Amino acid sequence: MKQLEINNLQKIFGIFEAVKKINFSISENQTVALLGPNGCGKTTTIAMILGLITPTSGTITINNKILTKDHHYLAKMNFASPYVELPKKLKVIENLKVYAMMYEISNAKAKIEQLVEELNLAPILYKKTGELSSGQRNRVSLAKSIINDPKILLLDEPTASLDPDTGDFIRTFLETYKKKNSMAILLASHNMDEVTRLSDYILMMKEGSIIDEGTTGELIKKHGRHDLEEVFLKLARQNED
Amino acid sequence: MKIRRILSLMLRHFYLIKASLPRIVDLIYWPTVQIILWGFVSKFFTMHSSYFNNTAGIILSAAILYDFLFRSSISYNMLFLEEIWSRNLINLFVSPIKINEIVIALTCTALLRTMIGLVPAVLIAIPLFGISLLELGYPLILLLLSLYIFGITLGLLVTAGLVRFGPSFENIAWASLFFIAPIGCIYYPVEILPNWLQPIALALPLAHIFEETRSILITNTVHYSNIYYALMLNMIYLFLAICTFYYSFKTAKIKGSLINVGE
Repeated sequence: MKQLEINNLQKIFGIFEAVKKINFSISENQTVALLGPNGCGKTTTIAMILGLITPTSGTITINNKILTKDHHYLAKMNFASPYVELPKKLKVIENLKVYAMMYEISNAKAKIEQLVEELNLAPILYKKTGELSSGQRNRVSLAKSIINDPKILLLDEPTASLDPDTGDFIRTFLETYKKKNSMAILLASHNMDEVTRLSDYILMMKEGSIIDEGTTGELIKKHGRHDLEEVFLKLARQNED
Repeated sequence: MKIRRILSLMLRHFYLIKASLPRIVDLIYWPTVQIILWGFVSKFFTMHSSYFNNTAGIILSAAILYDFLFRSSISYNMLFLEEIWSRNLINLFVSPIKINEIVIALTCTALLRTMIGLVPAVLIAIPLFGISLLELGYPLILLLLSLYIFGITLGLLVTAGLVRFGPSFENIAWASLFFIAPIGCIYYPVEILPNWLQPIALALPLAHIFEETRSILITNTVHYSNIYYALMLNMIYLFLAICTFYYSFKTAKIKGSLINVGE
């Protein structure tokens, strides 16, 4: 079942066409990676899905409902990015309580306890969020992003600037959590190993368009390269000369 | 609209305030300093001029009320800026909380912040200068309500600017109240202003509020027309501010500037 469907999505800023009528969909229990060089339109696409940017044209359909001004879908969607932080002066537990309340979680206490256990947050629960290491902060941010058991999770470089151990912890957690909750994930990342490991399908974006798509294996085979990084470099540098 | 979502944002700011003693001291410090300063100025007038015998209470009451306005507006701006500074704005905008719920949550929290600062200062004025705002009687409630609505109106306008133009609009947030203070006729009657400026002053609720404060304290009579005009003007300005805020938000979403505000 398709959780998210994007049809002819376009965004024009003045005379600059940032996203050029793209199409894709994500089914439940599927992770789709959005790859591309900086400025290719990934962030704009994610921001349109999240309702932060109004599309110029096209439709975003979530769970068979076309998004208009109705924000009810936001209750079943969430987002995590190392570039968006939780209030630093609040303790971890306070942040989780605030967001549990904001997402109207019916049994907030039990949900927070579950997240604390699954993401190993107990040792840092009463620390101020601003005093945490980037790895710890990332785990808290991830806890916030799944506090509402989202059906669609948007992740923008979820393991950026993390050490290999913490990065692996986050990836393993995401893999397990997705299976358990039949979640659809849209992942934007520059880490090709991460994309290879987590994604079921890849969309390669360049200058606002999806220039290629497929599974990791399909893309590697199609372009005659050894790994995804080489495919990325080939597509990113195509027509540059 | 959901009360729970409104309370969640209020809770976030309550946690912030209660966790920081310097923050609480800061809230109380400035209103107290303001009142003590104006209290001594008023006392000086009282002691040195028979003409100014009645002015001690007037100046100090005006100072307290102006501070109430100032705190309401600044508190509102501060709450929004706090979300920008902590880079939490995107988390709010992608949550189910609606814009009207954010506005209500900030409005209620701003009142709480304002009261934390003002109540101690008002209480200090009673033993120190023998002046109590309660002398204004029950119209005080309407005057405070008017000032609060105007403070929130200014806060909303500044927030609209922050949403549309980003953190660079922050300086306007701090200066907003000083722009209109001279024509607010806080410490002097409207007639003091040049003729051409008087209609502009009268188009603001502040002139009516402070005119009424002086009227009650000097002649002991309540002119409900002043209170009525102030409230009516407030409703108009509040409506315009809400429209401006929604327009700014809509424009920011079209121009994509919301992402830059939040990061």
